[in-house]
Amino acid sequence: MADDAIRLHYTVPGDDFTRAGEASADLKSRLKKLGLPPTAIRKVSIALYEGEINLAIHAHGGDIDVEITDDEVRMTLSDDGPGIPDISLAMSEGWSTAPDEVRSLGFGAGMGLPNMKKYSDEFDIQSAVGVGTTVKMAVRTT
Amino acid sequence: MQETSVHSVTLNRELCKGCINCIKRCPTEAIRVRDGKAAIISERCVDCGECIRICPHHAKRAVSDPLDVLKQYKYKIALPPPSLYAQFNNLDEPDVVLAGLLRLGFDNVFEVSRAAELVSEATRRFLQTSDMPRPIISSACPAVTRLICVRFPQLMDHILPLIAPIELAARLAKDEAVKKTGLPREQIGCIFLTPCPAKVSAIRSPMGSKHSDVDAAVAVKDVYPPLLSAMKQVGQVEYLSLSGRIGLGWGESGGEAAALMTTERYLAADGIENVIRVLSDLEDEKYHDLDFVELNACSGGCVGGVLQVENPYIAKAKMKHLRRTMPVSRNHLTDDAAEQVAWDDELNYNPVLELGGTRAERFERYAKMEQITAMLPGLDCGSCGAPTCAALAEDVVRGQADVNDCTVLMRRRMEAVLRALGRDE
Ligand SMILES: Nc1ncnc2c1ncn2[C@@H]1O[C@H](COP(=O)(O)OP(=O)(O)O)[C@@H](O)[C@H]1O
Ligand code: SF4
Ligand SMILES: [Mg+2]
Repeated sequence: MADDAIRLHYTVPGDDFTRAGEASADLKSRLKKLGLPPTAIRKVSIALYEGEINLAIHAHGGDIDVEITDDEVRMTLSDDGPGIPDISLAMSEGWSTAPDEVRSLGFGAGMGLPNMKKYSDEFDIQSAVGVGTTVKMAVRTT
Repeated sequence: MQETSVHSVTLNRELCKGCINCIKRCPTEAIRVRDGKAAIISERCVDCGECIRICPHHAKRAVSDPLDVLKQYKYKIALPPPSLYAQFNNLDEPDVVLAGLLRLGFDNVFEVSRAAELVSEATRRFLQTSDMPRPIISSACPAVTRLICVRFPQLMDHILPLIAPIELAARLAKDEAVKKTGLPREQIGCIFLTPCPAKVSAIRSPMGSKHSDVDAAVAVKDVYPPLLSAMKQVGQVEYLSLSGRIGLGWGESGGEAAALMTTERYLAADGIENVIRVLSDLEDEKYHDLDFVELNACSGGCVGGVLQVENPYIAKAKMKHLRRTMPVSRNHLTDDAAEQVAWDDELNYNPVLELGGTRAERFERYAKMEQITAMLPGLDCGSCGAPTCAALAEDVVRGQADVNDCTVLMRRRMEAVLRALGRDE
């Protein structure tokens, strides 16, 4: 029942690492209140955290829309950043274009997208160079 | 195991002014001001002692036993924690503290630091043989264990299933005393000198073990004055202490983890805010390659306990001085003791932070909560008695508060009414 869905929206600012993580932390506490299964909550917050970091470091920020329904948590991350030229390369473990100053902060291990796929039950990524990127993830809660 | 937890942290209603200091500080949002007085929501309280620290009116206190609890036992054993030694000036050895305790009327002493060395060894073995998910989280600070059970249930299966040093100390001391005196177990009293309310609660309602061998807990601040005078009367000092550096190290943050020696892949955090940050990150698997996590609710570790006397940072310096000439470890695990260290009970999760009811009901309550939150001013002023506007909304949904408890909302309504009346005139 999409009408009963709980909808949340977050804006992720660009290039501010101290704030990346706020959306996944907020969503996590809400899912806990809803008493959803711990494993599902864990999957959602790991996947969304990686997504937030990507919005901050690769896309100069972006938007997150969350829809919590009876049986799943759906997350859409969209940005109008530089886009990804080769998605299958971006999806491969360890691949990263993160600049050195970002790596020195401990990000840029190239595991973000692979982990987002691993921890979600549905995963889809669309990207166009110069236009932006949209990642859709869903985690089942039943 | 008991159904409802028994807490050491309590309120003195007379002294309570109904201010908002404690409700804002509580890490589990366990305090509300109702009818002008603070009220603790028992199931949420983890006995961390933060409210005791912050209350300017000293209305929050930790209930512990008076020193004359000793009189109830034929044979009385003092269990001093390692942090106790760091409370005194110009101390070169722990021996004089132990001698002082004997002068106070205890028949024997059993240092908790001795048991700590055994738990360190048991933990080392456990890390080598167990396939429990990593990292393993220490279970020595009961405030942390309770916090995990209330706020981070996903991490419960990471908690080290070994009893705390104080518990092991009591068991070993009692076994020894039964052999030595021939008295029945009930006539032997193990009295812990406690740095904190969390340990008092852990004795009354143990986690991980079915019962506690600790019979009473006297606050360090209560035993301190008589102990100090008793120590001054000690003449020739005997060699009484049987602890090493490892055991004493447990009194401060990082000591338990450093004592593992077999791994550098550990982290130690102290102070409730830092502990919460680490637990939250652990939940999201943000740290990799960690074997062990030591967490202490108090800043500095147990030297920072709310019932201690000395400033924790000075206590740390004193501890360093005391440890300087000690052997590394003086207690080693026998197979007998090894068996006693394992937990014999499970932790239970009490989903007190969930909205409750069936999933459909929880969704409904959540939606209502959001509606109410949207109505509230978002000032988080605490005047309603809840720590935040969101917490008030949640209380309303749970049927424990009324939206009209919000003074700002009420004033706005009054103003609207007055304006409407003014227009009518
Ligand atoms: N939203 C995005 N916009 C542009 N590029 C992106 C975005 N997300 C990921 N990328 C690209 O994909 C690569 C791999 O991403 P990821 O697996 O998260 O690793 P990391 O973030 O550590 O580099 C990034 O280095 C970047 O080049
Ligand atoms: S850190 Fe030590 S003193 Fe503080 S609550 Fe935990 S066990 Fe008690
Ligand atoms: Mg990434």
